[in-house]
Amino acid sequence: MSASEDRLRDLLVRGLAGDTATYHAFLKELSAHLRAFLRGRLSRLPNEVEDLVQETLLAVHNQRHTYDAAQPLTAWIHAIARYKLIDLLRRRAGRDALNDPLDDDLDVFAASDTEADDARRDLAKLLERLPDRQRLPIIHMKLHGMSVVEAARITGMSESAVKVGVHRGLKALAVMMRGER
Amino acid sequence: MKTDELITMLASGAEAAEPHAFERRFTIALGWGAFGTTLLMAIMLGVRPDIAEAARLPMFWMKLAFPAALLAGALLATVRLSRPGVRLGRVPAALAAPVLAMWLLAVVVLLSAAPVERAQLIYGDTWASCPFNVAMLSAPVFVALLWAMKGLAPTRLALAGAAAGLLAGAVGALVYTLHCPEMESPFLAVWYLLGMLIPAAVGAMLGPRLLRW
Repeated sequence: MSASEDRLRDLLVRGLAGDTATYHAFLKELSAHLRAFLRGRLSRLPNEVEDLVQETLLAVHNQRHTYDAAQPLTAWIHAIARYKLIDLLRRRAGRDALNDPLDDDLDVFAASDTEADDARRDLAKLLERLPDRQRLPIIHMKLHGMSVVEAARITGMSESAVKVGVHRGLKALAVMMRGER
Repeated sequence: MKTDELITMLASGAEAAEPHAFERRFTIALGWGAFGTTLLMAIMLGVRPDIAEAARLPMFWMKLAFPAALLAGALLATVRLSRPGVRLGRVPAALAAPVLAMWLLAVVVLLSAAPVERAQLIYGDTWASCPFNVAMLSAPVFVALLWAMKGLAPTRLALAGAAAGLLAGAVGALVYTLHCPEMESPFLAVWYLLGMLIPAAVGAMLGPRLLRW
């Protein structure tokens, strides 16, 4: 196990125990690794890299309960990143095939850079499309940093409904990210 | 939204992850699924009337052990395939072992039987309904397991669906032994296995569609 994996794993384990500052540091460091990993594998689609970094970070967060502390962190992260990468390539292949059914040259990916640029997603816009019961808890808790109790008071929702709203909202966001391209 | 903003959003107020959420999901799914399967068996098929006598025969327990061994292997496969980056390791071998053992036993039984009896040993009296019943009984567990896996993170979706299907099939077969009157290993080696493979095949087909995340 490399030193940086050791460090990251430690950050994640502490983050999973509820230490948000450490969890933030974990995600921050992870995003740099992911960017390098995905950039190396998406050389034909440089404009997609940052979108995929974001999608993978959200997946890591939403699926964080599947990490087993006894498991090498690299294996877990790379499996998630690879899964999201393949998912992206499949989606693109399907869409490009639809747009241009005669052209099966792989270079078609490289040529659609500007298109990908235009279609670059804005998470804030996606967030606006969530129903109130998910959007409001996310805005109050995750963007304005309120506690569950405060968010519950302001929205008039129960505390458990606030928590469920955040959880389901982030999952819905991941689904929208997949369908948004 | 910039990536840094997303990170801040994700980290802010992130509560401690529930310990054992992973294991709990499977326990709930298997518990409810097995309950549904048992109920389905009791309502639609019923326990064989001579079960007390049958339970005294070693073959009754062999018949139970076959799906039970596959259940253990399939559970291991399902659990491993639900976590990103976990290898299957020796699980395929653990799944093959009970099948090979049952086939070996079936061959020995067939070879030592008179040629005219062999067809009866394979087909029994219920070969036409057995695989269908096992597959039907697996349905509640199958649905529950797909629900459980949907909330986890399988990355090899066809394989994950197949493992869930096989696990459901093994539970179905295990429960079906309480109804099934057949007691010969050639019958089990063919029709029980087929019954368990039906939900596995369905799982392999549905996995890529239903388990995406």
